[in-house]
Order: sequence, then C-alpha cells, then structure tokens
Amino acid sequence: MFSEMPERTRLATAGAQATVASNLQRQRGSEQLKGNIFFALLLLAVAFALIGLIALIVQSAIKGAPAFGLNLITEGPSTINPEDAGFRPAIIGSIYLILGVILLVVPIGVGSAIYLEEYADGTKWWNRLIELNVQNLAGVPSIIYGILGLAFIVRGPLDLGFILAAGSLTLALLVLPTVILASREAIRAVPPSIRDGSLALGATQWQTIRRQVLPASIPGMATGVILAVSRALGEAAPLLLVGAAQFVTFNPQPFSADGYSAMPVLIYNYALRPQDEFRVLAAAGVVIMLIVLLLLNSFAVWLRNRYEQQW
Amino acid sequence: MNSNGEEGKVESQMTAKKKSTEKALSRKIEVAERRLPSASEAVGEPVFGLEGVGVSYGGKVAVRDVSMTIGAKEITALIGPSGCGKSTLLRCLNRMNDLVPSAEVFGKCLYHGTDLYGPEVDPVEVRKLIGMVFQKPNPFPKSIYDNIAFGPKVLGLPDVEERVERALRSAALWDEVKDRLDDNAYGMSGGQQQRLCIARCIAVDPDVILMDEPCSALDPISSGKIEDLMLELKEDFSIVIVTHNMQQAARVSDKTAFLIVELDSTEENRWGQLVEYDETEKIFTNPADSRTEDYVTGKVG
Repeated sequence: MFSEMPERTRLATAGAQATVASNLQRQRGSEQLKGNIFFALLLLAVAFALIGLIALIVQSAIKGAPAFGLNLITEGPSTINPEDAGFRPAIIGSIYLILGVILLVVPIGVGSAIYLEEYADGTKWWNRLIELNVQNLAGVPSIIYGILGLAFIVRGPLDLGFILAAGSLTLALLVLPTVILASREAIRAVPPSIRDGSLALGATQWQTIRRQVLPASIPGMATGVILAVSRALGEAAPLLLVGAAQFVTFNPQPFSADGYSAMPVLIYNYALRPQDEFRVLAAAGVVIMLIVLLLLNSFAVWLRNRYEQQW
Repeated sequence: MNSNGEEGKVESQMTAKKKSTEKALSRKIEVAERRLPSASEAVGEPVFGLEGVGVSYGGKVAVRDVSMTIGAKEITALIGPSGCGKSTLLRCLNRMNDLVPSAEVFGKCLYHGTDLYGPEVDPVEVRKLIGMVFQKPNPFPKSIYDNIAFGPKVLGLPDVEERVERALRSAALWDEVKDRLDDNAYGMSGGQQQRLCIARCIAVDPDVILMDEPCSALDPISSGKIEDLMLELKEDFSIVIVTHNMQQAARVSDKTAFLIVELDSTEENRWGQLVEYDETEKIFTNPADSRTEDYVTGKVG
C-alpha cells in the first residue's frame, strides 16, 4: 500500500509517524523520578504499618512460646504454680462481657440509626444536635467511659456494684456510637428508590423499613457490630475502673459481686508481675487476643464483601 | 320534572360513589371490603379532577394552577420540556410528594370526587389505590417472586401465589421468568426489570397506574414492549404517564397535557404551567396554542 503512494506523500506520512512516535515516548526524566520517589514513600508507609504488626505478633509468639498449650485455655491464674496457669476465668469473663455488649448494642444502636436515618427531620436543631453528639462520642477516650461507668453504673443512679453486667453496660456505651454510625451508613446505602417503590405500593413507613430497608442493610450493620465488638474485646482501661481489676481464679458470673476479669485485664495483671513465668503468660495471652481479633475482623471483611449489595 | 328526576338520580349515584371513595381513602378500612372505585366505570369517566393544583418545594413554586380532568381507562400523557413540573404534578396524584418534607400542595386534587389532600385521607390508603412506576427500574433486592409478592403480602391480600402469576402474565413477563422465579431480580435486563415493576404495581389491584418516564432508561425495543403493555393495561386501569418522548405520547396516549416552563418578569422565578390539554390527536395535529405547536413540531424544546 505504501509503495503505491507517490514519493511526497510517503515522506509526509513517515514524518507524521515519527512525530507521533516521539510524542508517545516517555516524558522527561525528572517527572518520572518524582513519580518513583512518591511511589517508594507510599510503599514505605504501608511497610511501616505491616512491619509493626508483624513485629508484635512475632515477638509475642517467641516470648509466649513456652506457655503455649491447652492449659492456657483450661486453667485459671495461679500464683503458686505459674507454669500451669492460664486464662480460663478471663476468657469466660470476656465472652460474657461481649455477649452482654451485643445484647445491648444491637437493638439500641440499630434503633437509634433507624430513627436518625428514617424518621428524624434533619432540619430540626435537636436532631442535628443528636447527630453531632453521636459523632463526637465515637471519638471520646475509653477511660472517660470507665469513669462514667464507675460514677453512674457501678455507683450512682444505677448502683449495680462491681459486677460483670456493669462492665458490659460500660463497654456497650463505649462502642454504641460506632455501631450507630456504621448502621446509619448501612441504612443510607439503601437507595431511596427502594423506599419509593415500597411506599408506592401502599406499604406503611414501618413496613417499608422492616421488610425492605433493614434486610438490605443487615450485612453492613453486622460488619459494624463485629468491628465494635472487637474493639470492646480489646479494651482494658474502662474495665479496670468498673471492677475487672481483681486477680480472679474462679469462673465469673454475670451478676455476682465476687469479681470478674477479662482477657486484656488479665494480660495487664500478668505483665505487671515480676516473675518471668507471668511475663511469658502475658505474651501468650497477647497471641490469643491477636488471633481472635484478626479472626473477627477478617469475618467482618468477608461478610461485607460477600453480602454487599451492588445497587 | 322528568329531567329533574333523572338529574337527582344521577346526583345520588354520584354521592354514593363519592362516599365509597371517601371510605376507601380514610383510615382503618378492611382490605376485604376494598372496592376499586372505577372498576365498573366506562372509558373516559372522570377519575381525577384537578382544580388549580400547584406544588411548591420549600416556598419555591414548581408548578402552579393546573386544572384538568383525567379519564378512566384511558392513557393520559403529560408532556413538556424538562423542569415544567410534569413529574411533580404526577407525584401529587398519589401523594408521593408527601415524602419530600418541604413540599406543599395547593388547590384541589379530587379523586372520584374526594380531595386527596383532605384531612380524613390517609396517604397510605391513597397509594394502595394509585400505584406508581418510576423512571429508573427499582426492583427490590429480592427474588422475582418476592418482588411481586411483597405488595399483596403487606396489604394482606388473599391468594398471593395466584396474584403473582396473574400480575406477571399481565405484564407479559410470565413466559420469560416462570422458570426462574427464585432468581434475584437484579439479574434481569433493564426492560424486564421495568416490566417487573409494572407487574409489582398491578399485583395489588390498583385503580390507577402512574408512570414517571417509564422508558427513559430503556432501549427502543424494551420501550416498545412497555408501550404495548400500556395499551393492554388500559383495558383495566387508568394510566397517567409522564414522558419526555413526544412520539411515545403520540403513540400510546388518548389525551395529552402540555406543560411549559414560565418565567416571571425578573427571570428569577420559574415554574411549570399547563398550556393545553386535549385529545392526543388534536394536540399533535391541530393544537389550539401556538406554544404547543412549536413544541410538538420540534421548533422549541
């Protein structure tokens, strides 16, 4: 085809091709370098976060290795023979605490989210005040919730005493804003057209929420609840203030005033003791907690990816 | 004397019907005794009577002073340039505007003689009788079966399964989906989804179907199917359709209302206004108003 062209045309075409080719070539070296440096910095940032986590896991695993064994789960703390001591009361305490948190946080958190998203008139100042406060509460340090729990739940108006249920209530207050925010996000992700479609059939607002909005937002809410629970599971500070401080060697009861413990609190207790055996136990406890938290968070991520609705 | 007597008879019939409509629209009505006001009605008998209807959003008027009568078992099209308030007007007819907190409706919106915005009227009951199909297909994130069954279930209507099949057949969808009723509705094509939404709407036996640009998100073949469907459905239902597609209005509708965007002298406020409402044929061949003619012939708009 080219050979049939007159010489002038062929030359012109070749010239144009050369220009295009040079335009498509790599840009100046300095721009390229800037891009590479930035890319390297980003990698470094990611590596920093990852290395921190890996160092923590490896260090705890190495330090705690001598204590690994079933007795970590089946045995209680003991000052007489620390080699055989474990976390049983703390594990049971943490399970009770978390069950209590879920029981409290799911209905209250989801209810608040439904009110704020579906019923509240955003133009009214009190609703905007509630919204603003929920967002701020999510950022309040946990120790402050501990003080609140001590003043209002353990003592004061509720006067529950230093019982496990008071710990649950305190942790529930702590993670409630997170659950409300996550649930609102999940409700808001349901497009208005779904509500319109339902209402246009003559469904009431409650039927629409109950049968369309809630089912569609459950995966998002569940993700939020799991993340909130994993935060509650790792909290030690507020629990220290509301009664989990004792060195408990028996299985705790939800409403008994005999005392209770939780995983992070017992790890803290072990780590404070001078004997080396307890330090090892603390490291092993850290490994247990990390495994549980990673499992919970992975489950939350899986749940979100599996059931996320593409609108 | 004679004519007076007949007039009196007609009048008493009309008040009886108005009573039953009022009852159907007020709260606490048993589903079993629900009667469709225009089930027995002849073509063209008035379903809606709008008297000076206007809507404002947050004090800003979107459409004003619309007066027209919409007939039973006919297709009434609302056409006009964008922003002329045709969708807003449509949403007045089943009180969907109530969902916009700042919306306010003026004038009288009579449905078989009962003001839809009267103090006794429950918007939920209104929407049970006056269904709606939206611009973008909006199936629920559920199975095809559950999409249709949702309405009958929440309204407590009997024979849900039968209704689902009947609705899907009426929407010319049954043969395409009968083997995959349990599949998620999101797996359907856009046109099928829109027909599913129409089926969902007729599964609750409404009196009127409002359609808000039902074909604007669809390809021509799917649009054609929906148009065929509308022509079949008007045997049983009164249909009001908003469309930006003039040819569509010309093809399917019996009556056409043309709305226009008005500007005030400062050109700061704009609102929709009804220009002309007549038989579709007349609107498209021999309109009374020159603005209508300019629009339907494509000179403006």
